Amino acid sequence: MSLASLPQEIAHLPGCVMLLLSFLLLRQRREAAAIKALAAQGVMLALAAALQGWVQGAPQLLLVALIEVAGKLVLLPMALWALLRRSGPQPAAERAGDSGPHLIAGIALVALAVLLVQPITGPGQAVAREDLALSLAILLLGLLLMATRRGAIQRVSGLAGLENGAILAAVSAGGMPLLPALSLAGLALTGVVLAGAFLHRVPRLAHGGERG
Amino acid sequence: MLPASLPLPWILVLLPWAGAVVLAALPSVRVAALANIGVSAASCLLALLLLMQPQGGQGWLRPDALNLPLLLLACLVGLATAVFSAGMAAERFGPGRGRAWHAGFQLLIGAQALALLADNMGAMWVGLEIAAVAGALMLAAQGTARAAQAAWQLLLFCGAGLGLALFGIILLTLAAPPAGMDLSWAALRGMAEQSDPGLLSLGFVFLLVGCGSLAGLAPLHAWLPDAEAEGPAALPALLSGLMPIAALLAVLRAKAVLDASPGAVAPGLYLLALGLANLLLAGLMLRRQGKAGRLFAWASIGQLGLAVFAFGLGGVAGTMAGLLLLMGHSLGKGAVAFGIGHAAQMRGRQGIAELGGLCASHPALGWALALAIAALVGMPPFALFAGEFLLLTELAARGWWLLLPLGLGLLGMVAAMIAVLLTLCLGDAGPAAPRRRGGWTRAEAMVLGPLWLLLALALLLGVALPEPLAALLAEAARLPG
Repeated sequence: MSLASLPQEIAHLPGCVMLLLSFLLLRQRREAAAIKALAAQGVMLALAAALQGWVQGAPQLLLVALIEVAGKLVLLPMALWALLRRSGPQPAAERAGDSGPHLIAGIALVALAVLLVQPITGPGQAVAREDLALSLAILLLGLLLMATRRGAIQRVSGLAGLENGAILAAVSAGGMPLLPALSLAGLALTGVVLAGAFLHRVPRLAHGGERG
Repeated sequence: MLPASLPLPWILVLLPWAGAVVLAALPSVRVAALANIGVSAASCLLALLLLMQPQGGQGWLRPDALNLPLLLLACLVGLATAVFSAGMAAERFGPGRGRAWHAGFQLLIGAQALALLADNMGAMWVGLEIAAVAGALMLAAQGTARAAQAAWQLLLFCGAGLGLALFGIILLTLAAPPAGMDLSWAALRGMAEQSDPGLLSLGFVFLLVGCGSLAGLAPLHAWLPDAEAEGPAALPALLSGLMPIAALLAVLRAKAVLDASPGAVAPGLYLLALGLANLLLAGLMLRRQGKAGRLFAWASIGQLGLAVFAFGLGGVAGTMAGLLLLMGHSLGKGAVAFGIGHAAQMRGRQGIAELGGLCASHPALGWALALAIAALVGMPPFALFAGEFLLLTELAARGWWLLLPLGLGLLGMVAAMIAVLLTLCLGDAGPAAPRRRGGWTRAEAMVLGPLWLLLALALLLGVALPEPLAALLAEAARLPG
């Protein structure tokens, strides 16, 4: 690694932290802690956008960073806390489950992500393979979280993680058009699903009251 | 950039949305139902006008031979559903839920128009997103706890699908050379040869799974049977009749891009596998369903699987068969949804056995529903049969070994649906079932009128396609390559 490429290398760091936070979300059964981990992942995405904006000289990425901070650090956690308060304390049985199999499945998905990006070798490639593998792994871990948890808060966290992975891929590449609009649309998607959780009438929704 | 003046395609998107705002404010359910019909009729007229205008152009929305017939179909099914729901809405919805239903209705129609007409992938994705949200809103308007649960499931599954589709769109865009990165389908196809085939292939797979969930296709299909069983009677006509059209059009456009890229994977193989899997799964699951809503949702999964299979076969004949299957399914599904919805309302039950014997108790409804089921299952002379016939002849010429699994799937589905037809329409009504003979009442006209309209369109598409429409469909079939 040369000094000239140092800014690019630093710009990859938030993506790595996001992947670690995805594993934390997967392991975490306490909903309050999951909300904090999700907010931290949102901050890392904003940081990734800001750093890439600096490295690529793209001011639109700074706008994406602002959108992500407003949405993932402020609005989404606030709404999730409100949902948590509304649904009452989490039953002890839900907090005590074994996360081991989920973590093993998560590791397998990361390996799958690395394998899937192997054929991408085109010349003049705008997105680095490692960035894409990171984004894909974060997206797949979000999907795994949605599939394996029953609680509304954790499922919404999974969806937000999935969306974070998609936006990270777009942020890491140079020249993606309409990125702020796509970022807003992705945030709106998570917001709508969260609103659906609020409108759901069955008590104890947040802790798996649905039929699945 | 958005153009300075508002052209017709944008009016087709914005008119229903403006209607949704007005409908959300109208306190009277009856007035809102009539206004809903008015806005839907205006959308139909605009779609016809658009059909007469020159195709192409620049900007986010680009009418072409592929999306114009589908848009007209969506508007016609929307109008028929608006008329049907006017008969049901006044009786079933209170003012609050009526506002949610009607606003959601027009929100969905506008979103469908946006997703169908969009050349910009971002705009298309937003259209699909709004359509899913509107579907959940209309489902929740039923007002029961089970409907709310089904709406939550719809949001979760479609949310996951939209997230995957967004990732797919991002990958497809990033595949282009850095200087030519654009969200336009046309631009992407034009640069397919210079694009990274690995990224294109990966992007296609994510888009296929994501859009598949919005179309109610396995593996992210679980929301559809619940939504159709628990939602208002008119909802199945929109959820599995309309929503899959725009989602599958996106898949078809992505397939066209991959077909033009020499190093990318063959997208047809993925579509063949997904279509066949859905058809076989539907054939198995249809036999286990006791509730009419769930059963016909599975019938939709099977028929849409067949359309995806035809798109996977590709070529002009394969794509033409897929378009006929897609359009025939929308018309048949709408007609069945109206008949079943009315029958369930009269009997106060949803079970197949409890709804049985309709031809004996309500001959007008029973025979119309029998024909509608025949249209949905692909019996001659309706559009689905024309699509199936074209598909099977093309398959016999190009991949005869696929006839066996396809035939098994079709046989399973048709056998199950004929058994349902016999029970529902020709079975024994039982002495306790209410009976009705004679001419149509006003309420029956609101049900049977739209039902027969859709059946007539399915018949027209199957046996007597007007020359201009046939030419347009033939051109549409050539577009994806």
